[in-house]
Formats: sequence, C-alpha cells, structure tokens
Amino acid sequence: MSDKRSIRGFATFPEDVISEIQRAANTGVYDIRGLGARRQVPSFDDLVFLGASMSRYPLEGYREACGVDVVLGDRFAKKPIELKVPITIAGMSFGALGANAKEALGRGASAAGTSTTTGDGGMTQEERGHSNLLVYQVLPSRYGMNPDDLRRADAIEIVVGQGAKPGGGGMLLGQKITERVAGMRTLPEGIDQRSACRHPDWTGPDDLEIKINELREITDWQKPIYVKVGAARPYYDTALSVKSGADVVVVDGMQGGTAATQDVFIEHVGIPTLPAVREAVRALKELDMHRKVQLIVSGGIRTGADVAKAMALGADAVSIGSAAMIALNCNRPLYVEDYEALGTAPGACAHCHTGRCPVGVATQDPELEARLDPEMAGRRVANYLQVMTLEAQTLARANGKSHLRNLEPEDLAALTVEGASMSQEPLAGSNWVPGRP
Amino acid sequence: MTQNTEFDLTKHTVRELNAALHAAEEGSFTVLNTGGAHALACGLNAPLEVTLKGHAGYYAGGMNKEASVVVEGNVGTGCAENIMSGVVRVMGDASQSLGASGHGGLVVCEGSASARAGISMKGVDIVVGGDVGHMSGFMAQAGRLVVLGDAGADLGDSIYEAEIFVRGDVVSLGADCEQKPMDPAHVDALGALLRQAGLDADPASFTRYGSARTLYNFHIDNAGEG
Ligand code: SF4
Repeated sequence: MSDKRSIRGFATFPEDVISEIQRAANTGVYDIRGLGARRQVPSFDDLVFLGASMSRYPLEGYREACGVDVVLGDRFAKKPIELKVPITIAGMSFGALGANAKEALGRGASAAGTSTTTGDGGMTQEERGHSNLLVYQVLPSRYGMNPDDLRRADAIEIVVGQGAKPGGGGMLLGQKITERVAGMRTLPEGIDQRSACRHPDWTGPDDLEIKINELREITDWQKPIYVKVGAARPYYDTALSVKSGADVVVVDGMQGGTAATQDVFIEHVGIPTLPAVREAVRALKELDMHRKVQLIVSGGIRTGADVAKAMALGADAVSIGSAAMIALNCNRPLYVEDYEALGTAPGACAHCHTGRCPVGVATQDPELEARLDPEMAGRRVANYLQVMTLEAQTLARANGKSHLRNLEPEDLAALTVEGASMSQEPLAGSNWVPGRP
Repeated sequence: MTQNTEFDLTKHTVRELNAALHAAEEGSFTVLNTGGAHALACGLNAPLEVTLKGHAGYYAGGMNKEASVVVEGNVGTGCAENIMSGVVRVMGDASQSLGASGHGGLVVCEGSASARAGISMKGVDIVVGGDVGHMSGFMAQAGRLVVLGDAGADLGDSIYEAEIFVRGDVVSLGADCEQKPMDPAHVDALGALLRQAGLDADPASFTRYGSARTLYNFHIDNAGEG
C-alpha cells in the first residue's frame, strides 16, 4: 500500500509549471489568455482604515451626508466630465466583448451616473446610444478611429499602456474576428490580430504634447483629454503626462485585465496598483498639480474598500474592468459544462481569448451572446456600482469624512511590511514606514 | 466665384483659424505666415479649399474629411494623419508618419517623405513624388502607398492588405512583405491614381509589394501527447 506522505513534489516544478512546460512542448506557441495576474501581489488588502477615535469624530452612518461626486478634466477642457460616483468603467473593446456586454456596461454606468469607455476597435452605436458619458480611446492601432466619433465622445483617452501589459499591444485571436469586428478594424476576417504597441504618429512626451494639442484643436477644446499609462514607472509617467497637457491621468496597475495577452506578460511586467497610486500622487504633489490634474486608478479594484483606499492615497476616482465583467456574469457558475469544454471552471476562467465565453460576455458568437440580457446585466452593473459607493461612504464616514475626496493617507495603516513599504503607510501599531528615517 | 478668406497667422491664432474652418460649410481659405505652426487645418469636416502658404508643423490637415488642403511648403510629423476623405497635398517634403492610419481620401507629397510614411494606413491612397524613409507602410492595413523614388529599409513590415508600389530601389523589405506580380489591371489602376495625384510617371515602371500573409495566424504545431 502506498503511503501518501512519502510522495513529494518539487518546489521548483509544481504541477502548474509541469503542465505549462508540457503544453508549450505540445504546441510550440506561448500561452495566451484573458483577465489579469493570477499571482498574489501586495494590494489594498495590505491596508486598513483606522476609523475614528478620541481625536477624530465619525459621521452618522445613515444620516450625515458623505459626498461622492467628482469632476474630471477641468484643467483645460471647456466641458469637464461630472460623475455622480467616482467609479468609472474602463476601456474594453467591442471585439473582445460582445455588443450586448458593451451595451450592458453603458446602461449600468449611465444608471449610476458614471462613464464608460470604448476600446481597441472603435465606438459602436450600441455603446454610444446607451452611455450618457462615453470616453473615446485613442489607441496605437487606431482601429475604427474616426473624427466624428471623437466629436461625439464626452472625453478622449490616449492610451499609452495598460496594466496587464505595459509595453505590449492588444491581441484578438481569429475566432473573434467576425465580419463586423473585421470591418470595424479594416482587417481580414479570421486572422490572429496583434495590435500595434506604439502610436503611429508620436513618440515621447514632447510629441505627445503636440498630439494632445491637435486633438484639442479638432474637438475645439471641448473635451477632457486623459492619458492612460500602465503602471511601469508611474512617478515619471504621471509627471510627463502632466507636462504633455493631460487633463486627467489614468494609472493602471498590473492586476488590470486584458482580453488576450501572453501569460508571461500578464504575470511578469508592470508593478501592482498599490505602489503605483502612491508614486503617481507623489508626482502630482511635487508638481503642485494634485487635484488640478485628476488621477484615476485602476487594476484590481473590487470593493468599496478598494475605492476608499485608493482615494485615501490620493486618487480622484477609480476605474473597473474585470470586476465589471464579473458583475455581468463572468466566471459565474452557469453553463458549467461549457466552462469544462474550455478546460476550465467557474472561478478560474480566463478564456476570453477563445471567443467561447460560457456566459456570453467575451464572445462574438450570437448563440453565446444571447445568454447575456443587456438590460438585466446593466442593472447588475448599476447595483454593483451602488454597493461599492455605499461601502466607500461607510468607510469615509467612519473616518469622519463628509466627502470621499477628504479621505487621506493619515486614515490608513499597513498590515504587512510590503504594504507599508509600497504605500508608505506606517505598519499598524507603529510609526514605522520602511525607507523613512 | 467662391469667396476667399485670408488668415494671417501673425494676426490670428491657430485656434481662431481652426474654429473658423470648423464653422465654415464651404469656401476657400488662404493662410499666410504659417510659421511651421502645429495642427493647422486639422479636423476639417466640409468641402473647403484651404491653402497654407508656407511650412506647417505636426499634424497639418490631420483627420481631414472632405476638404482639400494644400501646403505650399514642407510639413512636420503626421501630416494628414487619420485622413478620412478629401485631399491633402504637400508641395515640399514631409517628415515622419505621413498619412498615418489614414482611412480614406488622397495624400500627395510632391517631395520626399521621411520614416513610417503610411504607417497603419487603413484605406487612404498616399502618393510620394520622391523617396520614403525606413519602415514605410508598417502594419499597413488597406489602401495604396505609391513611391516614385526609392524606399528605405524594412518597407511594408508586418503589412496586411495594403498595396505598395515603388518605382526606384528598395533598401530592404520588412517582415512578411514580398514582391507581387504587376498585372495589367494594377498598371491601369496605378495610372489612374498617378493622374489623380497629378504626378507624371509610367505606371508600368513600378514594382508592387504586399503581404506574404505568413504572420496572419499563430503557428501551432500540435505535437500532441504520444
Ligand atoms: S467567463 Fe467569459 S468573460 Fe469571464 S473569463 Fe471566462 S471567457 Fe472571459
């Protein structure tokens, strides 16, 4: 009889590593998948709020007002964006997501009084029609880029990078390049499409300043212009975005999702959201631009606690992508046999790249798409945004704050040395901040 | 006769110029003392005729729709970027990324264009009277890039379905770009485009390049289990 205690695996070659080596050996192609990093990284979970005490007065949980609105883009734009809640929906392409999912995100965001964002593939009628506030992305690929859409957008976001893959372009595998997607992107149907990773007509911050000026001229200085960067060197990237004339800087940490990227890229490039916020805020404060150029933080935001912590560290708003998809039904245990057919299970699925999304979110297949009712899914997104907002307000009131923007670093402490080091918050129960005398 | 409006950029700002051009539904405009300013005559959205009397900086005629823009001088980076329709004509030389990501219309550069001419082009026709720099036609998706002179290194790298015609020498072809046969139909179509561009050259003297389509799909070996 075998004794299980005598069977010992390898720390260097655990089961998932063995399986990946054998998958690579069988196919000769790297692993491509969706969503964000699977590995555990220091995050907002490494922080806690201190709450009120003798020296800080809390606000009544249900009675006293706690504001949550935010204005984005009042540095140069004639028509800044006014959000009722400081949680926006991040850019996700039509192509990666189906039309129903895009419509549902627009409906949910509009019901909550916030904005949604186009993606690498242009603007669809469905999302413009259902989004009261729509941010139009200008991406390196310029797929579907159209001055008419630029003019009918509410804000413009120049995408320099994405947290899941700073330095990498988008991917969309052939099974999702349907006739409509191919037409919008001017590409042949069915190819494995790799988007450009560099913009075609500018390089570096000096050029970007001129590019931003051109976009302002084309839109008659009406629209706020955001610059989105993946969290690589957030201190410098934020400073250079401000220098280039951005109204808003969006910093996307490594937990941010993607529709399809090499696994090695998702897991090994970029820094987590936690240190990225702190570095971006440091740059803004040093330039005396904190709150003048707004900071949106994204990458692994899931709860009102994440929202409140990001804002306490100095963000003006946050953005959600993967979490919004989960609200739509991503990874929900429905159609379990279809997850199994993809070789995965609800809770572990990252198979957006296959186009066979069991719940009809990340697909172009009409039968699968029909599994997502845009109206119901939109209500789920709106509910989720409302819960996150209520949670963030609860935490703000507990810290005696009458507006989310009044949350401050002094309201926080770190639970781990890594969290303390990355956030520059003191380790709980001490005054110790790693790296400070 | 259409009335001509003059804008002297020593007396008006670029903002005033573009605001007036965006407000106009028709007419002809002459811009004096351009001084190499950026974003001149960009985002036009009506059948206007605009002449820039002098050099222009970055993004001259950017995202043009319907208008005809003539630059009587040289242009900086990204001239006619993302053009949708209409014509942008440069009588001098152009810097990098001429007609980048252009979706339609015609871009003519009577002189030479620098690196990345026609990068990511998506349906525009670009005709260059002189030479083009390296990486021209990079990731070009649709449309035609025509070069009467020579082309620099890595022409048409990662090209999709755009066509490139070069009359002179090509330093090197980029990844997945190959020479294609020049059929009589190609000669006729190129001849018509050259006439439209107002440049004189024998269409039969050009070589055609396009995608070898070897990068369109990931190569999977399926060595399987055994
Ligand atoms: S459930 Fe759908 S959206 Fe979610 S990871 Fe799987 S394929 Fe992607």
